[in-house]
Amino acid sequence: MSMPFYVPPEQMMKEKADFARKGIARGRALIALQYQEGIVLVAENPSSNLRKISEIYDRIAFAGVGKYNEFDQLRQAGVRAADLTGYQFSRRDVQGRGLANQYAQIMGQAFTHESKPLEVEILIAEVGYDATQDRLFHITYDGTVIDETASCILGGDTDAIASRLQSNVNPNADLSTAMSLATSALSGPDRTLRCDDLEVAVLRRGDERRCFARIPDEEVERLLKG
Amino acid sequence: MTMPFFSPQQDPGANFVELVKRAGLSTFPETWSESLGVPHATTCVALKFNSGVVVAGDRRATSGNWISHRDMEKVVQTDRHSAVAISGAAGPAMDMIKLFALQLEHYEKMEGRPLSLEGKANQLSMMVRNNLPAAMQGMIVMPLFAGFDTDNQEGRIWAYDATGGRYEEREFVTIGSGGMHAGTVVKVGWKREMSAAEAIELACRSLWEAAEADAATGGPDVLRGVYPIIATITADGWVKSSDDSLGEIFERLAQEVRAR
Repeated sequence: MSMPFYVPPEQMMKEKADFARKGIARGRALIALQYQEGIVLVAENPSSNLRKISEIYDRIAFAGVGKYNEFDQLRQAGVRAADLTGYQFSRRDVQGRGLANQYAQIMGQAFTHESKPLEVEILIAEVGYDATQDRLFHITYDGTVIDETASCILGGDTDAIASRLQSNVNPNADLSTAMSLATSALSGPDRTLRCDDLEVAVLRRGDERRCFARIPDEEVERLLKG
Repeated sequence: MTMPFFSPQQDPGANFVELVKRAGLSTFPETWSESLGVPHATTCVALKFNSGVVVAGDRRATSGNWISHRDMEKVVQTDRHSAVAISGAAGPAMDMIKLFALQLEHYEKMEGRPLSLEGKANQLSMMVRNNLPAAMQGMIVMPLFAGFDTDNQEGRIWAYDATGGRYEEREFVTIGSGGMHAGTVVKVGWKREMSAAEAIELACRSLWEAAEADAATGGPDVLRGVYPIIATITADGWVKSSDDSLGEIFERLAQEVRAR
């Protein structure tokens, strides 16, 4: 009988983490920012069919970076969980924190028990009835949940993007300003991103029940011109 | 509740009703007792006008001779460009609308785009058909479906029967116990290329006449300020008429009747 090699847990965790990080770093990044009317999500995404940002529920959006099939599966499970909870109880009982915890369980489970961790990082953004109730739950490949305020960066090259974003984040900025900031932080000084390289959506605080809206390319172009 | 994951063979796709079943929650009961004196909902109208459709319904629900509700909302917006109006057993009907609206939203979120208007009408047809065993026991649910077809850029309306039969109508539809009276009024007054205001007024007039002739249909309740629900659906979506504007229209109708 062959004996499996002993691998110390520290080494196993480190190797899994390196593997997941490498997978995530290959993709393009994504930024979520609080702005005057809610939360804006800006992703670098040349495809207009394979979405990184989508609607989960009335006030909740999902964003994912990394391996598409993995985060899309998580997205679908989130829509299902939210719709079932809303059907069973009330629409008000569907909340971002609960969803974030469920995602953390699943991703943590996959990281420790599966042979391959999920190569994704996701964001659950929830727009409140006022700015103090806005929530950005950033969940990493190992199931760590980070409760971020005002801004959140997902994907590779986060340090460079964070340094460009840095002190410029202003929750009272209008949509055009917030989008320009996110776009320049994503692109960096050496290149420019065109509107069809971007995927932009907002969670708009307002009277509508469903707060999520995609911003079409023409509108993105107009807003980036200022 | 744990987050629902499925194997590819078990995956319910964008179908919310299937998902509810897989999650172990029931949607509609299979059988009902015939003797249950449940509230019934009555007259609803839908008609086309030059840029969309008008949907209207009175507010009364009755259990036999008893008026059980005076402010029931039988006309319900199901998404940005569609609405359902119901007559029949109120409990299962409201459940059906809730589930139908959820199905439309669930599909849109799962697939990233809404169903076509025809797809929505078909979906409702399946729900009515699934209710057939209950309908056989007296729990009949009769909806009408109206919406704006963003592909063809026109308003469209559908009527149903208890077996899920789906009939697209060219001009107007009326359902419920006062539907015959309302239908006659709409039939006489309907013109191709009506404006929204004309169509709203015709809908008010038809509900007025239905309430005059049918005890189960409620007229405008001036005392409590409860007016029928009347909404237009056009390319810009659903717009519900305000009680103030309906109050004016009904006041005008009342004056006409007094002057007869």
